Amino acid sequence: MASALRPKGLGWLDERLGLSALREFTAHKTVPLHSATVWYYFGGITLFLFTIQVLTGVLLLLYYRPSPTEAYESVQFIMTRVQFGWLVRSIHSWSANLMILTAFIHMFSVVFLHSYRRPREVTWLSGLVLLGLALGFGFSGYLLPWNKVSYFATKVGTDMAATVPVAGHQVARFLRGGADVGGATLTRFFGFHVAVLPGLTTLLLVVHLGLVQRHGMSSPPWSEGRKLDQMRFFPNFFLRELMAWYAALAVLGSLAALFPWELGEKADPFAPAPAGIRPEWYFLAPFYTLKLIPSHVWRIEGELLGLMGFALLAAWWVLLPFWASDSRGTLRTRWVTGAGVALMAYLVTFSLLGYFR
Amino acid sequence: MEQERRSVIRWLLGGGFAASIASFLYPAIKFIDPPDMPEAPVNEVSGGKTQDLKPNTGKIVKFGSQPALLVRVSDTEWRAYSAVCRHLNCTVQYNDARRQIWCACHNGFYDLNGKVVSGPPPGPLEEYSVKVRGEEVVISRRA
Amino acid sequence: MTRNQSGTGFMACMACLVLGCASASPAAPAKDSCVECHSNMEGALRAPVTDYANDVHSRHGFSCADCHGGDRNADDPEGAMSPAKGFKGHITRAAVPALCAHCHSDATLMHRFKPQQRVDQLALYLTSVHGKRLAAGDTAVANCVDCHSVHNIREVKDPLSPVYPLKLPETCARCHANAVHMAPYKIESNQFAEYRTSVHWEALSKRGDLSAPNCASCHGNHGATPPQVASAAEVCGTCHVLFEEMYNKSPHQPAFAAMGAGGCTICHGNHGIRKPGIAMLAGAGSVCGQCHDATSAGGAAATQMAGLLTKLDNALTQSDAILNRARDSGMEVSEPILRQMEGREALVKARVAMHAFQAAAVAKPVAEGLAVAADTRRAGERALQDRNGRRVGLALSLVTILVTMAGLWMAIRSLESKAPAVPKPAGR
Repeated sequence: MASALRPKGLGWLDERLGLSALREFTAHKTVPLHSATVWYYFGGITLFLFTIQVLTGVLLLLYYRPSPTEAYESVQFIMTRVQFGWLVRSIHSWSANLMILTAFIHMFSVVFLHSYRRPREVTWLSGLVLLGLALGFGFSGYLLPWNKVSYFATKVGTDMAATVPVAGHQVARFLRGGADVGGATLTRFFGFHVAVLPGLTTLLLVVHLGLVQRHGMSSPPWSEGRKLDQMRFFPNFFLRELMAWYAALAVLGSLAALFPWELGEKADPFAPAPAGIRPEWYFLAPFYTLKLIPSHVWRIEGELLGLMGFALLAAWWVLLPFWASDSRGTLRTRWVTGAGVALMAYLVTFSLLGYFR
Repeated sequence: MEQERRSVIRWLLGGGFAASIASFLYPAIKFIDPPDMPEAPVNEVSGGKTQDLKPNTGKIVKFGSQPALLVRVSDTEWRAYSAVCRHLNCTVQYNDARRQIWCACHNGFYDLNGKVVSGPPPGPLEEYSVKVRGEEVVISRRA
Repeated sequence: MTRNQSGTGFMACMACLVLGCASASPAAPAKDSCVECHSNMEGALRAPVTDYANDVHSRHGFSCADCHGGDRNADDPEGAMSPAKGFKGHITRAAVPALCAHCHSDATLMHRFKPQQRVDQLALYLTSVHGKRLAAGDTAVANCVDCHSVHNIREVKDPLSPVYPLKLPETCARCHANAVHMAPYKIESNQFAEYRTSVHWEALSKRGDLSAPNCASCHGNHGATPPQVASAAEVCGTCHVLFEEMYNKSPHQPAFAAMGAGGCTICHGNHGIRKPGIAMLAGAGSVCGQCHDATSAGGAAATQMAGLLTKLDNALTQSDAILNRARDSGMEVSEPILRQMEGREALVKARVAMHAFQAAAVAKPVAEGLAVAADTRRAGERALQDRNGRRVGLALSLVTILVTMAGLWMAIRSLESKAPAVPKPAGR
């Protein structure tokens, strides 16, 4: 490393913050090199996009107003009157979608590289919670512009929550802040989006990232036996990661400038739902599945059956590290890979169907 | 040679990094600087000064992106409505002789409550609330 | 329920009929032998019973006997349908109006059931062509039941009624579009077909705008008569007020009146009124050109007005195009797009002003509209400029990003040429 950079300043900080311990640690972090190393970038990219979300989100907070009479107008204000408002808002919207995409890619790469196995089970669990929080960010943030599409998507989403047995209505009431989607919902979702979810996410991120540092980068099962070459994380892998982050910035900037996020029409709770209402793409697969289920199957309400199915699927997926190994500790790699491919195929197919049908 | 390469790298990396950071910070700083019109003026508009409108006259005022009709009924009573006729969206006007709101397109009439009196309009005009603050007349949407 | 059933003579039973009407009340269903017997019959004898369930009169407790006479409480046919009890049997076409008017022209009676209902329908009918001809013995003309139906008479505001605004034209057309039927009267039968091509029918049928005119709006319903040639402008003017005002002040009004011509209908037609356009003013096939030579004062005015209107229309179309381009590239131009509405309104005002038939009247709203179009066009151009500015900004930032990436890449290469990325494990 170039030693001519700021020696004195660093020494001052080191004495007070103990930076050299950090330096020691990072000097030893390595990344295994193999055919699938490229997938190791996706966790970092997701983190980077989350940071972008926080930064653009804070900027938007300076102008956004979370009430039904002002929300849409304030977003319009940002898009038309605030300097570079269009850029900040479009980056925020595009980055949200990209972040969820990279989060899914990251999860699937963990599945196919079997990084969930012992001792990284808690990392897996915390990662899934983070994925859920990301989807929560998406769902709550989608309502905030208060346009027709977002109003009805929220209505449909909270209606689905109400079909959960026993607690469904309470859950829906809690989400909506009342009996219907309205101003109370907007205020509540805003609170979730800018305070509750960021707080929880920060906590989980500390856990998730801390565990990753503790256990180091995992190597895929097929490499057991041979010693893989290890690349130094700092500076080599990190410089490459920076390149990836810069590439992500280039993509974001281009999307924001060439395909700015649209404003839509202001929500009107009294108008009928426009035809072809559907949620954002990351909810399309379950949405389309529910559409396919008939309204009643052996006297059970179709929607309820669907939601129960999703709950079971989610529970099974969360417990992946625990059924992935048999009683003797042997990894059921083929099963897991098969399950991963199946899940990916289901999600992709049904998302496409939900989009085009 | 080695030095040259090192300094090229330094320039590219350092310069590019600085320039890219600048290209991110510049919009952010501009964003934070509030625009000249700090509010999104769609729920409240000024209807001008009280002396600009005589009793029993009306005028059209821009309300957000749609026209609104401000009517000074008497010295002390002011009323305002959406000026978009409910029939075929023509802009209505105040008829002082009948003390009613008239749409020239197909002869529709509304009373001062915005309700249809005669003609083709199928529904009433949305009424706005008007407050007089000192010399200024302020029209705002009813909550 | 009390019913005065005294008397055996025809007159007494007429009195019975009158008093029956007067004392009928919407009480619980009383005995009605007409319905009892006829509901067990077949075909045409049964049909009135099934129809009558939908009739507005049945809701108010009226029975067959109230129009056809007879005794609804008698179980035997002779008693029920006894001429002594006033039974008339089938009502002749010529007798229908008087029969209906028996109640419907009785203000006191109608006041019990529907205070707002008019009671002058018969009086109006007798002034109409239909009424006069019927009185003269022609039974091929329309009477009450031809339009209102019989036995299943619905209120006018009931969408299933043959005289509901949407259905009225078809009802009139039953006779008036039948060339064979109209031939003896030497009346054309193309009005319905023409009306169906009109903007008024489009408003009624496609937009469901019940305020749009149908046959009765211009011709009257009970007093149906074509509007007199002199009054065409007045009739159109019941809705199109401003046009009537302008026309009456224009040189066309005295000119057309002197010619005995029909005002608005001269240029716009009567039944098949289409959407008017600038093409009516000037150019080949123009309406003005049918009378005015292009070099005449009138022709020159028409050409001028057409020019002004075209100018504004083109200006608005141009700024529309620019705004759409801006919007399609993702720029936020909802405000100027809405401002365009003002420009379009100015065009509408100009087209109204045209009916003064003077270029000066048209020039004023056109100027206002052109100002709006100029504004919105500027807004669109600004938006497109902004869009281009954004792309330049994007290019610049992409350049800085690419330069940085290049620097990173070279830094990696340089680092790894000296110290390998993969540290060789010591002692293996």
